[in-house]
Amino acid sequence: MISFDPSDEQKMVRDTVAAFAIEQVRPAARIADESGSIPSDLLAKAWDLGLVRGCLPENVGGYDDARVAVTGAIVAEELAYGDLSLALHALAPRLLAFPLIEMGTDAQRTRHLPPLATDRFVAATAALMEPAFDFDPADMSTTSRRTSGDYVINGAKCYVPLAGDSEMILVYAANSADSGFAGVDGFLVPRDSPGLKISGREENMGLKGLATFELTFDQCRVPAENRLGGEPGINFARLLSQSRVAMAAMAVGVARAAFDYARDYAKERKAFGAPIATKQAIAFMLAEMVIEVDAMRLLAWEAASWLDKGHDAVKHSYQARNYAAAAALMVADNAVQVLGGHGYIREHPVEMWLRNARAFGVIEGLAIV
Amino acid sequence: MIDFELEPQIVNALDVYHVTAEQTMRPISRHYDENEHEEPWQFWEATWAASHNPANAASDQPPAISRNLYTCLSTEELCWGDAGLFLSIPNPGLGGAAVAAAGTPEQKIRFLGRFRRGKPKWAAMAITEPGCGSDSAAITTTARRDGDDWVINGTKIFCTAGLMSAEKSEGFVVVWATVDRNAGRAGIKPFVVEHNTPGMTVMRVENKLGIRASDTAMLMFEDCRVPLHHLLGSPEVTPAGGFKDVMATFDATRPIVAAMAIGVGRAALDFVRDFFKRNNVSLRYGISPRRLTAVERDFMDMEVQLKAARLLTWRAAWMLDAGMRNNLEASMAKAKAGRAVTLITQQAVELLGPLGYSRKELVEKWMRDAKINDIFEGTQQINLMVIARRILGYSSKELN
Repeated sequence: MISFDPSDEQKMVRDTVAAFAIEQVRPAARIADESGSIPSDLLAKAWDLGLVRGCLPENVGGYDDARVAVTGAIVAEELAYGDLSLALHALAPRLLAFPLIEMGTDAQRTRHLPPLATDRFVAATAALMEPAFDFDPADMSTTSRRTSGDYVINGAKCYVPLAGDSEMILVYAANSADSGFAGVDGFLVPRDSPGLKISGREENMGLKGLATFELTFDQCRVPAENRLGGEPGINFARLLSQSRVAMAAMAVGVARAAFDYARDYAKERKAFGAPIATKQAIAFMLAEMVIEVDAMRLLAWEAASWLDKGHDAVKHSYQARNYAAAAALMVADNAVQVLGGHGYIREHPVEMWLRNARAFGVIEGLAIV
Repeated sequence: MIDFELEPQIVNALDVYHVTAEQTMRPISRHYDENEHEEPWQFWEATWAASHNPANAASDQPPAISRNLYTCLSTEELCWGDAGLFLSIPNPGLGGAAVAAAGTPEQKIRFLGRFRRGKPKWAAMAITEPGCGSDSAAITTTARRDGDDWVINGTKIFCTAGLMSAEKSEGFVVVWATVDRNAGRAGIKPFVVEHNTPGMTVMRVENKLGIRASDTAMLMFEDCRVPLHHLLGSPEVTPAGGFKDVMATFDATRPIVAAMAIGVGRAALDFVRDFFKRNNVSLRYGISPRRLTAVERDFMDMEVQLKAARLLTWRAAWMLDAGMRNNLEASMAKAKAGRAVTLITQQAVELLGPLGYSRKELVEKWMRDAKINDIFEGTQQINLMVIARRILGYSSKELN
């Protein structure tokens, strides 16, 4: 039955994460962007929310929370509302944990999940995106080749969050057996694997508080038992859809932050004798921004709901992600515009949100629900 | 729980509307577009009979808990068929909605009961005048009390189903008139004028860009007398009554107008999609946007814009069904849908090239039909104004 009402539990989660984002994360956002790092005590507090640990099975030390994509979208939005770099950093371990939980063999889960069920933040990640300007997950350049007892991976990945600190990296690569999404495998690649080189930290326009890395694979060997899911492999289309929904939801958070800030500014800032919000040009920009924020959210929720029902969500998640990328950019750009010259200075957060918002149309795979 | 899936019984009910759209409306679409003032009585008799058929009564009843959403869903299906014919269907319309919103229980029986029996009937609402449309508080049509009557003088334009309501059926027109021009909004009241009341004349029926099957009338009122009890609601000049009540109906009708637009937009998208299929133009969802052809990218953008508009519309309707005020959300849905479908239908013509421009296919008609949704029931700009006031907490004095 059609409904737009989050459950009571979702409201509680939303309110908890929202409070954390507004009170703790947002005040640290500018410093993280300028310094390039996130304070470890803030990360610890984020970890304590249980957003990664919660979904781990009880038998490895998690809370065995049911994994609900819509809830994940709500969490992603609220955290990103605080700060996108922190949100992506805090949730990065899910990039390894969630595919493991859902698609790993028992042996793989038993071996690789417990290290994530700790009291302190543990870095873990996945490598999906590649440097080609027209990178297509259905046509990956990173490939795997089966040899006796091993898989050999060749290729390059970029925008891998926290790779420098992650013991274990889930690497997506195309095999030669199938084409498209069906031909993509996931490999559990220890950071010290022979043939894997991790670059120095990437320097990006935005997400400057998030450490991201390039990975190169030159005959990189991983044991056969590290192929995620064993013989059947993974459902990459589903993982990609989960990733795109997460990105769309993060975009909602960034866009909403930009809208709220611009709205509040416009009510205070006076020009020609009255708040600029009383002028149609500004008022109409704000009205169009709020429509897009709500539209983005509904599309992300719909795609998340599709995932939760076990439907094929490739189209929905693609639509949600594409729409959110364009809309977040528009909203953030308009927010800078509403602040005028002040929006251009690295003091108000809107210029940072514009730099961050641009990422959604460029980068795949930084988050997952 | 957040959910976007329709129950099977609703999907089945919508299929029936879809069949009507496809088999009853589409075949006559072009004819009534080319012959704007010809009356599709066969279609009207059929839809009237169908909605009065006891056998259809049960299945045609929307589930009580989702009446507004259901109306939006069925409206989308019928407008996928033909938006002009949809608007022309004999029904209480906006006039009936005004009675339902502002009328006393006795007035509701007196004026609305007729739609449950007899021959096809229409009701209309007359607000806009030659000198004011968006600025509806500035209307100059007057209602003067004289003995046991109100006497109405003025001119109304752009009255949907005005001809059928005023002259060609046992219907009525709800006319907004002011009882006291000095009182501004507070003086504006809705008056029911029965069909063929002396003093009410249909001056002309417009020739339009689209929705041609729907008559759009200019009505003149010259010392048009109606009984006192034809004033909907209370006769006192109080800020609370009349104008505000009827404005509140827009919270319910704006999602429906958005749904109308979405039906037309979907018609265009479906046509283009079918065309692509027949011509081996593939739509590769999921791949890098940088690898999409221009045509794929355009189409996918149109498709998701329609989805966004539809979800906003569902939300606005759902809020009403859930007992929530939806003034902001209704305007968001209407603003988005009007604009998105205007662009979608324009783009559809372009994507199809000569086929899109030709009157041999309906695509060019859908572009013409779509445009009105950006304009009536509150223009896009007015809706943006409503949204802006809401999000900023401004009154109409502070932001205008």
